[in-house]
Amino acid sequence: MSEELEPGCTRPTGGPIVAETADEAATAPADAAPVKERTMIHVGEKVPDFRAAGYHEGAFVEKQLSDYLGKWVLLCFYPGDFTYV
Amino acid sequence: MSISIDSMFVHKMWNDHELTKMVDGGVPFPMLSDAGGQIGALYGVFNEAAGVENRGRFIIDPDGVCQGYEVLTPPVGRNVNETIRQVQAFQLVRASKGTEATPAGWRPGKNTLKPGVNLVGNVWKEWDTSMAND
Repeated sequence: MSEELEPGCTRPTGGPIVAETADEAATAPADAAPVKERTMIHVGEKVPDFRAAGYHEGAFVEKQLSDYLGKWVLLCFYPGDFTYV
Repeated sequence: MSISIDSMFVHKMWNDHELTKMVDGGVPFPMLSDAGGQIGALYGVFNEAAGVENRGRFIIDPDGVCQGYEVLTPPVGRNVNETIRQVQAFQLVRASKGTEATPAGWRPGKNTLKPGVNLVGNVWKEWDTSMAND
């Protein structure tokens, strides 16, 4: 479901999953074209897949949304850590 | 899971030094990083002018389908109870394979509606406006 990331001086980041195969997906986030359109996704349709680095249960991990197929997921975007709301 | 433009390092510091003071054991779900806002842009919640994500909340079912979302500008926080109520409603509808629907004001324990030919024009027998409120 996730792989543990080693702490380092780089800032690991993720991005949209644009490739179909696992091999392509592994390299896709870095070369993925920036998304320019300002459109919402649509209810009743599949959400776009992505992977992202994160922090969970004391470890740095990489998560992919599609690993959660079969479960209900609440995905909450928010402006920033250490803010007030 | 939560996601913002902050790095996983900032997530760690926020969780370990502040959020653990609010929640025993800290945040139980993954705190993800969307540095650059590409994922937020993909979902339509990245605020390019401010360089941060708007407060977007997506309910995603076990098939990966978005059943609902809510997007707020940064100063106003969400209502967790309403989010949970919506998840419970979507779970009920899914478990019924679409034979039941949840009318306005529904919460667990309240009556559902059974969509069908016989319900057309007869919703008033099953539901009244007082049921829209708690």
